[in-house]
Amino acid sequence: MPDKERIVRVPIGPQHPALKEPESFMVDLQGEKISAVTLRLGYNHRGIEKGCEERTYVQDVYLVERVCGICSQSHSTAFVQAVEEIAGLELPRRAAYIRTLIAELERVHSHLLWLGVAGHEIGFDTLLMYTWRDRELVMDLLAELTGNRVHYGLNTVGGVRRDISPEQIPSILKVVDALEERTKYYIELAMTEETLAQRLSGIGKLSKEDAVLLGAVGPTARASGVDRDTRRDDPYAAYGELQFQVVTDDRCDVFGRTVVRLGELMQTYSMIRQLVKQMPDGPITVKAPLRIPAGEAVSRYEAPRGEDVHYVKANGTDKPERVKIRAPTLANTQSVAKMLEDGYLADLPIVVAAIDPCFSCTDRMIAVKTPEDARTMGWEELVQYGVRWYRERSVDVSKIKMRGDSAA
Amino acid sequence: MSGAEAVVAKLVAKFPSLTGRVNAQRATRVWVEVDRQAFAGVFHFLVKDLEFSNLCMITGLDEGADLGFIYHLARNGGLMANVKTRCPKGESMQTITPTFPGGGIYERELTDLFGARIAGLPEGRRYPLPDNWPKGEHPLLKDWKPREKGAQDA
Repeated sequence: MPDKERIVRVPIGPQHPALKEPESFMVDLQGEKISAVTLRLGYNHRGIEKGCEERTYVQDVYLVERVCGICSQSHSTAFVQAVEEIAGLELPRRAAYIRTLIAELERVHSHLLWLGVAGHEIGFDTLLMYTWRDRELVMDLLAELTGNRVHYGLNTVGGVRRDISPEQIPSILKVVDALEERTKYYIELAMTEETLAQRLSGIGKLSKEDAVLLGAVGPTARASGVDRDTRRDDPYAAYGELQFQVVTDDRCDVFGRTVVRLGELMQTYSMIRQLVKQMPDGPITVKAPLRIPAGEAVSRYEAPRGEDVHYVKANGTDKPERVKIRAPTLANTQSVAKMLEDGYLADLPIVVAAIDPCFSCTDRMIAVKTPEDARTMGWEELVQYGVRWYRERSVDVSKIKMRGDSAA
Repeated sequence: MSGAEAVVAKLVAKFPSLTGRVNAQRATRVWVEVDRQAFAGVFHFLVKDLEFSNLCMITGLDEGADLGFIYHLARNGGLMANVKTRCPKGESMQTITPTFPGGGIYERELTDLFGARIAGLPEGRRYPLPDNWPKGEHPLLKDWKPREKGAQDA
């Protein structure tokens, strides 16, 4: 007979069984119920804030874009907005529209990705396959518009680097139409498929009071009834000229977070159509100085996962004095421990996934590698390295045919 | 009067010593500079009376002999109040966790990256540096440089 009073401490991570990024949970269990959770983050700390101080503003745009693979438009926009405010630059309206368009397409890609991960975490892999297939449409569109599926390289201080041509408009609208249909299907699925609702309802509870107290942001906060959205509250880029609703829900659980993200997708499609229709003509950049006058600014941005905050301090040179980044996941991790308390261990993966965590963003910030570590490997060399690595561990994979494998 | 200007007026009315040290940068940004001794009073007035119930982040700054701290607060409606204070290196700032339980992570970040001392910060695991990071090294201090590979731990 298990002793009900006995607490068992289970370490989960940093190589996490459910998520693709490292983080560590120390979970105290009473039977199958979680009594307390301690989080340890920082495994993705890369020294980006320090790196920004050693690079020019122009280089920093590309560095901060690499804070996150998914929210790359979010971080670069938040950064350039702060620099533009310090330099007193007025963003051309067309550039604001293009920034917003890519930002909303990024939200589509992020939310569809999340829906797939959520499906995967509850054993509903068909949903993962469907949403990730649909997501390819928006990824291809982003590649067509910016040249890349992620890390768009679109923003620059004072505007954007690529224009949207009239020929590209039909492809944007075609993708939006197709994805809107698919999202309607997912909403119907979420509302009618009982297994989904039952698996997601009542788990990962976060009350409105706790969401406010712990500083939750984005869909996590909005699904706990917190009516906050930077796009409406502190509009930037072209959001001040768009009609949209902030989607909230009072369920305060993982199902609520699903409903909010699906609702946001529908709002996003409407915003993309407005952006395409209203996009003004004109220049896409203003000339920005290389040296930014001394000053400071804070920029807020509603990333797909919640509010992204950047602080920039300029000292009159071409390099910033200080750059501080607060990605949304860092704000939301504070709520995770609360959500897991009194829940079952089996719910941990989906509850954690439901904040749509991005630990790469969260930790962002040390160059540990020295130049002598750096090397380039060709495909052939990489294959040989892999075969050797496994053979040293008594696994022989040399019989498997691989592309470029000369042994074929 | 914009929301930001109203907040500036209320702050100066309540704390006359802030005259000239509060400004509305734009309609949704207020900046306040306050001495460490008066910090707690101004901070609580903003959070409790002026309803800045959202702590967005805390920025640390290396200002030579002092560490600078900016507490970025926000309230519903989009207004943001940025409260700046400074503390000599080696002395302590009081924790804000009694007001913002979720703010501990930002204070741990300051402790690791700047060597800030935060009095009253509850026990917990460090963030974000590794457990075997050399003691006394704080990478966001201006004089900190990455060490050569193979250098011995201090």
